[in-house]
Amino acid sequence: MKACLRVCTAASCRSRGGASLQHSLSEAVARAGLEHGLRVKGVGCLGPCSDGPLLAMDADPKAQTQLYGSIPVADGAQLVASLMEAAAQHTLAHWCPAGGLRIDLNHPFFQLQRRLVLEHCGQIDPTSIEEALAAGAYRQLERVLQNNNPAAVIEQVRRSGLRGRGGAGYPTGLKWAAVAQMPGTEKVVVCNADEGDPGAFMDRTVLEGDPHTVLEGMAIAAHTVGASRGLIYVRAEYPLAIARLRTAIAAAQGHGWLGTAIAGSRCNFDVELRVGAGAYVCGEETALMQSIEGKRGMPRPRPPYPAERGVFGLPTLINNVETFANLPALLRLGLETYGRGTKVFSLTGHVRRSGVIEVPMGTSLRTVVETMGGGTPAGRSIKAVQTGGPSGGCVPAHQLDTPVDYESLQSLGTIMGSGGMVVMDDTTDMVDIARFFMAFSREESCGKCVPCRAGTVQLDNLLEQILDRRATPEDLEQLESLCRMVKDTSLCGLGQGAPRPVLSTLRHFRDDYLALVPVETRR
Amino acid sequence: MAESYPELEPVLQRHEHRADGLIEVLNRAQELYRHLTPPLLRHIARQLHLPFSRVQGTASFYHLFRFSPPARHRCLVCTGTACHVKGAASLLAALQREPLNTWGIELGSVRCIGTCSGAPLVVVDQQVWNQQSCASVLSGLRELRP
Amino acid sequence: MNLYSLRIDDHDVAIAADSTVLQAAQEASIAIPTLCFLEGLSAVAACRMCLVEVSGNDTLLPACITPVQEGMQVHTATPRLQDIRRTLIELLFTEGNHVCGICVANGHCELQNLAVEVGMDHSRLPYRFPDRHVDLSHPLFGMDHNRCVLCTRCVRVCDEVEGAHVWDVGWRGEHCRIIAGLEEPWGAVEACTHCGKCVEVCPTGALFHRGDTTDEKHSDPARLQALMQARQQQRWNP
Ligand SMILES: Cc1cc2nc3c(=O)[nH]c(=O)nc-3n(C[C@H](O)[C@H](O)[C@H](O)COP(=O)(O)O)c2cc1C
Ligand code: SF4
Ligand code: SF4
Repeated sequence: MKACLRVCTAASCRSRGGASLQHSLSEAVARAGLEHGLRVKGVGCLGPCSDGPLLAMDADPKAQTQLYGSIPVADGAQLVASLMEAAAQHTLAHWCPAGGLRIDLNHPFFQLQRRLVLEHCGQIDPTSIEEALAAGAYRQLERVLQNNNPAAVIEQVRRSGLRGRGGAGYPTGLKWAAVAQMPGTEKVVVCNADEGDPGAFMDRTVLEGDPHTVLEGMAIAAHTVGASRGLIYVRAEYPLAIARLRTAIAAAQGHGWLGTAIAGSRCNFDVELRVGAGAYVCGEETALMQSIEGKRGMPRPRPPYPAERGVFGLPTLINNVETFANLPALLRLGLETYGRGTKVFSLTGHVRRSGVIEVPMGTSLRTVVETMGGGTPAGRSIKAVQTGGPSGGCVPAHQLDTPVDYESLQSLGTIMGSGGMVVMDDTTDMVDIARFFMAFSREESCGKCVPCRAGTVQLDNLLEQILDRRATPEDLEQLESLCRMVKDTSLCGLGQGAPRPVLSTLRHFRDDYLALVPVETRR
Repeated sequence: MAESYPELEPVLQRHEHRADGLIEVLNRAQELYRHLTPPLLRHIARQLHLPFSRVQGTASFYHLFRFSPPARHRCLVCTGTACHVKGAASLLAALQREPLNTWGIELGSVRCIGTCSGAPLVVVDQQVWNQQSCASVLSGLRELRP
Repeated sequence: MNLYSLRIDDHDVAIAADSTVLQAAQEASIAIPTLCFLEGLSAVAACRMCLVEVSGNDTLLPACITPVQEGMQVHTATPRLQDIRRTLIELLFTEGNHVCGICVANGHCELQNLAVEVGMDHSRLPYRFPDRHVDLSHPLFGMDHNRCVLCTRCVRVCDEVEGAHVWDVGWRGEHCRIIAGLEEPWGAVEACTHCGKCVEVCPTGALFHRGDTTDEKHSDPARLQALMQARQQQRWNP
């Protein structure tokens, strides 16, 4: 028998024992002397995190890949023994590890995905550049370097309609063109891996599962805009992603995909890692650049945009992890096949199957949440789906047929954001959710500008007052007008976005607020 | 009397004693010495040619830097969105009522570590405990003592 | 010199192309309220008092850093802006403890003047009564955190003009406060040259001269060299 066991060792399965599972399986295989037939490897996220720890099996000859969840981690030897027995009796197709469960790969959760960014995630060993290379890593970079036609790359990115995945959705092609246009040879490419939105873990998944795709995207960008220095800013809360990146950067340098004269070309590009220290606002691009310079992460007004004056005063291209990870797929597939592209979402909250999925741009929220995620756990109905984190809003259940794209979500008073999607069932109090996000923004405000520093405190206090049933209708008016003021006058996206969860819930769930205002105070 | 911090030298050198290395140096310093003391901060300021207030201002901006020694154990309740909708606020409130500090455990919170399928979760000494209740956290913490 | 012409409220202005909207307004004798801005220091656009409306632009723009453009139409005192300014002043008053009657700056305080200007006689938002302290450790000056509006003028003048960088902003969000040295008593910070520039630029009564002092000023030529170096090369040797 020849087979490969892929054990998910990304952070979520790791927290459920994924790494010890990998260890005990490898040991059992070695002890039984089966290394030649049975390979065990750790891989990035396999998708349905709520069923972790996850294990995938690819068996030869061409038996279908199987996925198993909730694997008891303690006894690798027993698992291997039962697997060998099933192989001997030719019952592999029906095998399932004792105590675990078999996950149906024909479920829409898998079938409706389109994996471009996550193509190799869960397939390859993220610590092995050889596996990444065998899966096609750095081939698009090589092609771009050979063709040496940056203008054509920019044109292709522009025509693909690719927009930034970090939240603001700015057209990537335009951004690249702006940096490419800047004179001089000293430019910087920055990858924003700060992923601070609570409930969002798409970037973590990409970095832990397939770091080379991100590095390749950055190198393609660097060649295209004429930069030689790269920086990745990762949040400190992602120790595994940091470790994987360090390994990947060293391997890429060793294989000549980073460094000087990449692949024999005249392109020089190296990447350095910078680790954050716990500040959500540092995901904002100007704050991030301050932090890279070793300062307080305080945003500054734009213009000048990073393209003109960024890190160390140099023209800087800053994109999100997922944006960079789109590049190799886009260049490989070409415009037509790439189409509108995809979006990676992290699906959590009151949903049966939570995890990371990548779907075609424009898939409806209902498809994602109900068909793929299986809806809410028994007996409850969906009340709303939150997108866009602390700067986003809630989509009410009756509007779940909205396609997830930038424009549709915006017209509902929320934003696509970076891809966190939190399902809330009918037990959820929307005022409590609004307060939750306001408390978050209050805590994360950098304190530089008055409306955000002092306004979020007043808003948080007002929401507390409402939740405590101490508010009057005038307080509701006060809440709404202060929200608008903070949104219109704050310096950066944190303050500008902070009122959105309140405004969005006021718009779609006003009754939740009114129910908390004591009757006697109403006129 | 100036104390010396030889273990810090490699990271200082990696950043060529440049100001932009400050956060990396602070991260390393905290890793080595567990918290940031005034003499340590003064040393870093001198090494990077920075005013004291710049160093203190930067260090105090970031959540992860601490100025007092950590307790023997740390229990962080995740208060991210997914954990919140699954009751993290009441979990935190319940734990706050327990005399954890007398057990040598420091209670705190963290805003989302990105493994939301385990919500509500806590992070104890960098280990993630998934799907917790107040009772399960307490029984786990009891096993840590002393 | 390249000139741009623009219209601010109902005045036509022609001004050098590298000017800001605030400079153009001053040229036309139109008063746009400011707080964190101070001529001669870098502009940080933090207080948001000088936000203006520009025709064809959805977002409000801070006049202190917005460059003028040919044909720009600027509105500096619409009802919307007036309400915003009043709310900003209310937010500042509720955030600190500003009891004007017993303040050294009473009568010549920029915050007080702004309140009068925007018609803020009481706050619609609740006062927060924070617990802040007063630092009287310096022989010549005092720092009353209750009255600080975090405009950072003191931080900037000490860094950009004096070169001593005694001050910085510590912590974040609502916990932000101005710190001296390693958050030490001001009097214990050796970097302070006793020049008093921070006191001069403070818009409120937060930084003040202590009346009865007999402390002498010492001159120290080597120190001047160090300050020059710090200012020019952003390199300190504390
Ligand atoms: C408060 C705040 C937090 C942000 N956090 C992130 C983040 O964690 N990751 C990210 O890629 N972009 C974040 N952004 C957006 C960045 O400012 C910037 O738009 C983005 O990195 C640009 O990359 P893109 O064009 O590829 O999206 C944040 C913005 C704001 C205002
Ligand atoms: S909006 Fe908030 S986070 Fe942004 S600059 Fe102002 S205070 Fe800082
Ligand atoms: S002390 Fe005065 S000058 Fe300094 S920030 Fe406070 S109000 Fe501004």
